[in-house]
Amino acid sequence: MATAARAAVAHRPSSFARLGGSIEHWILPIYTLGVTAYLILPVAVMILFSFNDPTGRSNLVFKKFSIDAWLDPLGRIGLAGAVENSLIVAFGATIIATALGTLIALSLVRYDFRGRAATNLLIFLPMSTPEVVLGASLLTLFISTTKLPFIPEGLLYPLSIRTIFIAHVMFNISYVVVTVKARLQGFPRHLEEAAMDLGATEWVTFWKVTFPLILPGVVAAGLLAFSLSIDDYVITALTSGQTETFPLYIYGAQQRGIPVQVNVIGTIIFMTAVLLVGLTTLWQRRQASKDFAQARTA
Amino acid sequence: MERPRLRRLAPYLLLLPGLGWLLLFYVYPAVQMFVVSLWTGNITEGYQMTWNWGIYQQGVSTYWPFIVRSAEYGGLATILAFALGYPLAYTIAFKGGAYKNVLLFLVIAPFFTSFLLRTLSWKIILADNGLVLGPLKSAGLLSEDFRLLATPAAVVAGITYNFLPFMTLPLYVALEKVDVRLLEAARDLYAGPWRPGGTIVGAAVGAVIVALVSLILEVNPLVPAVIGGVLGAVVGTFLISEAFVRVTLPLSLPGVFAGSLLTFIPAVGDFINAELLGNPQSQMIGNVIQARFLKITDYPMASALSFILMAAIIVGVLVYARVLGTEELTGGST
Repeated sequence: MATAARAAVAHRPSSFARLGGSIEHWILPIYTLGVTAYLILPVAVMILFSFNDPTGRSNLVFKKFSIDAWLDPLGRIGLAGAVENSLIVAFGATIIATALGTLIALSLVRYDFRGRAATNLLIFLPMSTPEVVLGASLLTLFISTTKLPFIPEGLLYPLSIRTIFIAHVMFNISYVVVTVKARLQGFPRHLEEAAMDLGATEWVTFWKVTFPLILPGVVAAGLLAFSLSIDDYVITALTSGQTETFPLYIYGAQQRGIPVQVNVIGTIIFMTAVLLVGLTTLWQRRQASKDFAQARTA
Repeated sequence: MERPRLRRLAPYLLLLPGLGWLLLFYVYPAVQMFVVSLWTGNITEGYQMTWNWGIYQQGVSTYWPFIVRSAEYGGLATILAFALGYPLAYTIAFKGGAYKNVLLFLVIAPFFTSFLLRTLSWKIILADNGLVLGPLKSAGLLSEDFRLLATPAAVVAGITYNFLPFMTLPLYVALEKVDVRLLEAARDLYAGPWRPGGTIVGAAVGAVIVALVSLILEVNPLVPAVIGGVLGAVVGTFLISEAFVRVTLPLSLPGVFAGSLLTFIPAVGDFINAELLGNPQSQMIGNVIQARFLKITDYPMASALSFILMAAIIVGVLVYARVLGTEELTGGST
């Protein structure tokens, strides 16, 4: 009886259930489309306005399509220097922070030692401190301390590209540690043991076995560090003194009106990042399928 | 040195350079900031250490409205990012199918664009006769003097936008891990639609969120709350199933925890959105700190406010971690 009744209901759904069904079916896709459009809209506006030919100084209303700015992307006083500084800081800070962070991650994942809880806390704290506080505390250090042991005089004060570099390495280390650590979890330790059993020294084992295995994680961490560094405004503003980077240039220009070239460089950075992330994803996928193939033949 | 000894030292040697950098340029500056906050003086005549503890009381009482506003905007942006991000992360994790990677890419795409340029794009979009308001005004749906730019609404919208990926990604990671077989098992065990619970909870959540938004934006909350409640009820009735309430939601709590922290912390200290999209009455504590350091050079007060912000957040995070109880955040799981 009950089954028959249920079958009858299932056979002829009420209008309520039909309404429910179509809501269930359509609402999430429509919603997702809306939110992703919301996420992408400002990026699209930035790219669109790089092709603008504004009448006045401010690039706030789209007037006329033009590729003038693309033909001369650095053609503004101070812009080339700012972009150059940004690139120097980002490359330098990425290399140093990735190296230091990878060492910490290796230590945390591979060894059991006293003080690892404290180490984890020290890695976590900079990520849970607002940027304005990170910059502010470094600024108080730079203006109030003339001499520190091991640190040559003139490094911390006056503020310069060196102090920006110090700040960027500092805030990048934690992100590198977290990214590399995620990759090291589930690391096939037996491969290292096998290498050592076959007579490889620890040094050789590291470069021939460990490093190739963690390389994708290190590359991902480096990309993250680079993108955080090249985009940082808040900490840089507080530690830069007279030196200008690309985000500082944007901020300074925003009161007078942003030149179209800024949108061009923003678009170039966006495209480069998309390309790099795409390439690394492909490379990691190939790497993964290669590992898989080797595991199958082994 | 013999090998076993070296082996015992190895972890510390690996840690030394990186942790040294953090001790020297994160911990030591924080201490130094505390010291500077107790100084008295000014930039031209120099500073002396006077152990001026009164500055903390003075700072809190003078800048109380800014502190409250930061907490309100940051908290509201976090709630909104959660409300926007959870369904998005859910859809990508469970219904993404072939589009999963494309959708994930769209979520992180804003990261590849400069934070300042994104916020400035919102300035273009929300401008008085811009992309959003222009058409509505010419259609006569809004009065000519209605504006979004330079209002608290624009600031909260900007913060929500800028930190939405920080909320969505941890939620996605948590939801992605949910074992689909558990949901099948729940359905086999007669977990069906969640009624009337879904209707009630949906209505309540919808009404409360919308009322909060209207209160902070200083709009009369009554009508918006009713509309939010009705919408929430419809969504709750048809979309919230028993399996979701009993299986998916509890399993996604670590993502909720991580996402809300990753959103709230930068949101509460942010000053770019308030500066570019707000007005003088919508400034946050970050604006005060930045101006005190760079424009007014009142280092002791700036340091004191900055120290208060840091201490408040660290205490808040530790309490929150204790309440929601997860060790994953500080890496305790390894």
